[in-house]
Amino acid sequence: MRITCPHCGERDRREFTYQGDALALNRPAPDAGEGAWDDYLHNRENPAGDTRDLWYHDPCGAWIAVDRNTVTHAITGSTLVTKLTS
Amino acid sequence: MRIADKGHIDRSRPVTFCFDGQSYQGFAGDTLASALLANGVNLIGRSFKYHRPRGVLTAGSEEPNALVTVGDDPNLRATTLEIYNGLDARSQNAWPSLKRDVMAVNDLISPFLGAGFYYKTFMWPKAFWETVYEPIIRRAAGLGALTGKANADDYEKAFAFCDVLVIGAGPAGLMAALTAAQAGADVILADENPTTGGRLLSEDEVIDGQPASDWAAEVTAKLTAMKNVRIMTRTTVTGAYDQGTYGALERVGQHMPPRADTPRECFWRIAAKHSILCAGALERPIAFPNNDRPGIMMASAVRSYLNRYGVAPGQSVAVFGNNDDAHRTARDLEAAGVNVTAVIDTRSNVDYDGNARSYSAGRIVATTGRHALESITIEHAGGTRTIRTDCLAMSGGWNPTVHLTCHMNGRPQWSENISSFVPTPDAVPGMVVAGACNGSFTTTACLTEGASVASALLGAEPAQVPDGDDTPYDITPFWAVEGKGRKWLDFQNDVHVKDIKLAAQENFRSVEHMKRYTTQGMATDQGKSSNVAALAILADATGRGIPETGTTTFRPPYVPVSIAAMGAGAQGHGFAPKRLTTSHAASVARNAPMIEAGLWYRPSYFPQPNEATWLDSCNREVAMVRNAVGVCDVTTLGKIDVQGPDAAAFLDFAYANTFSTLKVGKVRYGLMLREDGHVMDDGTTARLSETQFVMTTTTAAAGNVMKHLEFVRQALRPDLDVQVISVTEQWAQFAVAGPKSRDLLNTLLETPIDNETLPYMGCAEAVIGGIAGRIFRISFSGEHAYEVAVPARYGASLFNILNAQAEAMGGGPYGMEALNVLRIEKGFITHAEIHGRTTAFDIGMDRMIIRKKDCIGQTAAARPGLIDESREQLVGLMSVDPAEKLSGGGHIFEDGAEAISANDQGYVTSVCWSPSLNGHIGLGFLTGGRARHGEVVKMVDHVRGVTTRCTVCDPVMFDSEGGRLRG
Amino acid sequence: MVNLIAQTPCGDMLPREAGGLTLTEVVIARMWSVAPLKGQQKAVATALGIVLPKPNRTTSGAEMHALWGGPGVFYVRAPALPDLTGKAAVTDQSDAWAVVSVSGPVVVDVLARLVPVDLRQSTFKTGHTARTLVGHMTASVTRTGPDTIEIMVMRSMAGTLVHELTRAATLFAGR
Repeated sequence: MRITCPHCGERDRREFTYQGDALALNRPAPDAGEGAWDDYLHNRENPAGDTRDLWYHDPCGAWIAVDRNTVTHAITGSTLVTKLTS
Repeated sequence: MRIADKGHIDRSRPVTFCFDGQSYQGFAGDTLASALLANGVNLIGRSFKYHRPRGVLTAGSEEPNALVTVGDDPNLRATTLEIYNGLDARSQNAWPSLKRDVMAVNDLISPFLGAGFYYKTFMWPKAFWETVYEPIIRRAAGLGALTGKANADDYEKAFAFCDVLVIGAGPAGLMAALTAAQAGADVILADENPTTGGRLLSEDEVIDGQPASDWAAEVTAKLTAMKNVRIMTRTTVTGAYDQGTYGALERVGQHMPPRADTPRECFWRIAAKHSILCAGALERPIAFPNNDRPGIMMASAVRSYLNRYGVAPGQSVAVFGNNDDAHRTARDLEAAGVNVTAVIDTRSNVDYDGNARSYSAGRIVATTGRHALESITIEHAGGTRTIRTDCLAMSGGWNPTVHLTCHMNGRPQWSENISSFVPTPDAVPGMVVAGACNGSFTTTACLTEGASVASALLGAEPAQVPDGDDTPYDITPFWAVEGKGRKWLDFQNDVHVKDIKLAAQENFRSVEHMKRYTTQGMATDQGKSSNVAALAILADATGRGIPETGTTTFRPPYVPVSIAAMGAGAQGHGFAPKRLTTSHAASVARNAPMIEAGLWYRPSYFPQPNEATWLDSCNREVAMVRNAVGVCDVTTLGKIDVQGPDAAAFLDFAYANTFSTLKVGKVRYGLMLREDGHVMDDGTTARLSETQFVMTTTTAAAGNVMKHLEFVRQALRPDLDVQVISVTEQWAQFAVAGPKSRDLLNTLLETPIDNETLPYMGCAEAVIGGIAGRIFRISFSGEHAYEVAVPARYGASLFNILNAQAEAMGGGPYGMEALNVLRIEKGFITHAEIHGRTTAFDIGMDRMIIRKKDCIGQTAAARPGLIDESREQLVGLMSVDPAEKLSGGGHIFEDGAEAISANDQGYVTSVCWSPSLNGHIGLGFLTGGRARHGEVVKMVDHVRGVTTRCTVCDPVMFDSEGGRLRG
Repeated sequence: MVNLIAQTPCGDMLPREAGGLTLTEVVIARMWSVAPLKGQQKAVATALGIVLPKPNRTTSGAEMHALWGGPGVFYVRAPALPDLTGKAAVTDQSDAWAVVSVSGPVVVDVLARLVPVDLRQSTFKTGHTARTLVGHMTASVTRTGPDTIEIMVMRSMAGTLVHELTRAATLFAGR
């Protein structure tokens, strides 16, 4: 498996640490309520198909959102989280 | 038997080798199989289950029968193992000898040992499954055995990159590589043989007017001269993985005598933008009664031995086939002067055009010969006839080597044309297929397709295609001869036609179920020569077509890959980096046993000559710190520099407690929560300036905390102008702890310190031994203590000086054991307590959490379930009888309650003998524990069989007012 | 008053020859991490008097050498650094790294055993750098010449780095 770090280029999977669904980027406000926090902390889709998840490129320290397909394993996008949140 | 003037072996270089203790001679270029056949050795191994005598079936890596052990390596295929002087190969699965194998008795009782036999027979009693049945079955059945020793050989792993990976260097592969290379692509051409050429080395044919093998050598020379081409021989591409990654096994040292520092194998990870699969095709056997006798082999293998190795595998050879290609074997043999006894074709009205007698619509219905083939019985249009022959070449047609196209879930398609499976296009992203593995079987088709596929892939001119053999291939499917006797399919796992039919009859009709019920295709050869025939028979038995029946799943690796090759570089020292502090050498010189703390190595204790046990040393070191001064390397704690105009705001958000109120020159304890409200880590953070902090983390969590802070910075708070960077390795940091710590430091500091200039929880820059460093007045021991940091280059020097000064004051270095006792006495937590399930509330720190503004973990930490008074809370524990020990992991029950899980009230996390309190103490979590100080409870460790009554107390068991800290 | 004595990360482990490679310690006098604050990248470059390298690149000035060290971070080697207060987060990294220069005609082949990126001259030219792995260690790998590649790993891993390089070179030479 090869993932593109937007800074470093395409690299072997061994350089990355998997974190989980990119939902983690959408942190609710403190007063968003129990339901919002429950969804943010615990509830995850388990899609057969397209998904976006977070990977950490250990050598350079970049957090990356990777778009990939859980069925075909195709990777269709790789975006710095800073581009998604700022 | 050698044939003069044939083959690509080097007859000027004889090679002496051993098989089962007997010495033989072959030539450079021989495989073990070709050399043994040349010496008239046909019997090479015993089969897996019935211990039937077996010989050589093929001439390639698909070989199911001829497996041998060399050194400590079992299951090496004699058909690919190159001989060298001193090679000592042994047969497998036979005792006491290959010719007289006791377990061959299995073959006599074989009617009772068919598919599913184990499942039906060894059902009762259940207690016998593991204790009796399994050991017996394992001893009786099997292939090569492991030695049980650690593998002492060297292995490598390596990475390679290219634009185009060409898999297989036969006619298609050579043309594909040439086309890609001439287009300027960066090409890797991989082939599992020692030389390129593929099938061309085994055929007697002409390309562009010259012998095909010469043409292959010429193209190879051309490719070798090109800078953008790497040719990797002895390299089998074993798997196709995501995003153009391929696994490949290179046999580096297996073809030569073992030599120190020469890897046996190298496992490559090749990242290729494109790949062209030119893996050729594998010939399949025909199932007929007793078709497994030594001397019965594939027709293409007979040609390989003849044309490539100059060996006639028998004195007289019969040929049995269902396709035109079989006839080629007879022609080649006759041209070489080998007696061909018969050409039997299952097709009607197809005659052999050579000298040998031709039998159309023929079937072989019986064979004889115990250790070698002696005769075959033919049923044909004109009747039945038995002829003496010591070799039979069989051909059931060719199966394209589709395996790699299926590694990413692709399924091959049935082609009526060739009666076999061909790859589904685009089954592996980036991979195209050419030549025989695409079902194009003539040499001309291979040459043309190799060039055209590469040309289309790169949008480049195809290399000029030479003239080659264009004989068409005609086949009429024929899978199995009807009649009595076992008709073998999977030679390696001893599966025959009746087993498949039995599976169908017992309703294991799905091909995947049949496979598992019969073990068809589950041996080390993964059924390369038998799978297609087996599923054809299953299709017939279940009344379905072959396409409908489908194939089992092809998975990597294509050939067996030793675990040692895949794990190369990760043995011994390579398993994990060692992180050594600057004081490492000095600690080792003081005989300190070094223990692992994550990747770091830290001293356990510093033994003195008069001390008998580690506890003696530990007790002395604890007393030393409590009464004088101790020195401990704390470099391993993570140190993270947090800088920028928003550094304080960032820490307020990342930590549960407030840092924006911390004054410059001060240090504060920080508690870090996960977003789910549980404790992630803790440590102290010092404010060096308005815009700069240095955070410490625990040793174990340093990497994770850094990753987490980067997540907070990049993903959650990109609004903040702050930078975080690890400075762990820049500073060598030492704890100097004890009542005499300040006196010690003042001997080294340019400007001495006192309680006013550096009070408890203060920090300052300082010149230490002439070097600019940092000094923090913090304590993990409960004593008046400091941590001093100097640039790491001075670490070793400072450690020695601190120790010398400490020893002059009645102190010295202390290790992890003493550090642990000191902190337990003071109720300081580590990851034994913050193990991932504890909340700030559990450790009595929930009031520290910021309420005024948002911080990580704040919302979740306030959930009712995480602040419930009945939760297990941190407590101190002291044994009632000072002689009785506490036990880490022990559970806590009410005194008098039965020690069962229903009564469980908590557990013990840390224990020690406290020399300061003269008793066994511990930390633990107890239901509603903060309200139960003074209560006597019972600790039970069911694993170690320890029961100890202990008194619940405040976690801070020593100097609870903290007077010593401020000293 | 005592005097502290300096030791290099690799100490007497280097220099050494292994399998046709020469391993030499690169002794760093002073090195800093420089991470420009928001909107300060140009000001930092001006203050340093150097072009800040793009990702995977290095740049050099008169007495200054800058190495891309990750998003927004540069490792700057120089005798001294100008005052960057308010412009960049600066930390002293002079002692944080073990730096080894690996030199020899087979350097790319040997490092192909340890580093999962393509280091061939055609793609990884002199002055190119990569944050990647060497074995299990995160590292900064930089080509400093046609046959020379410089590797930085955490100081505490100096021994492992020397061991891994020696082992890989020895096995490659044993082919």
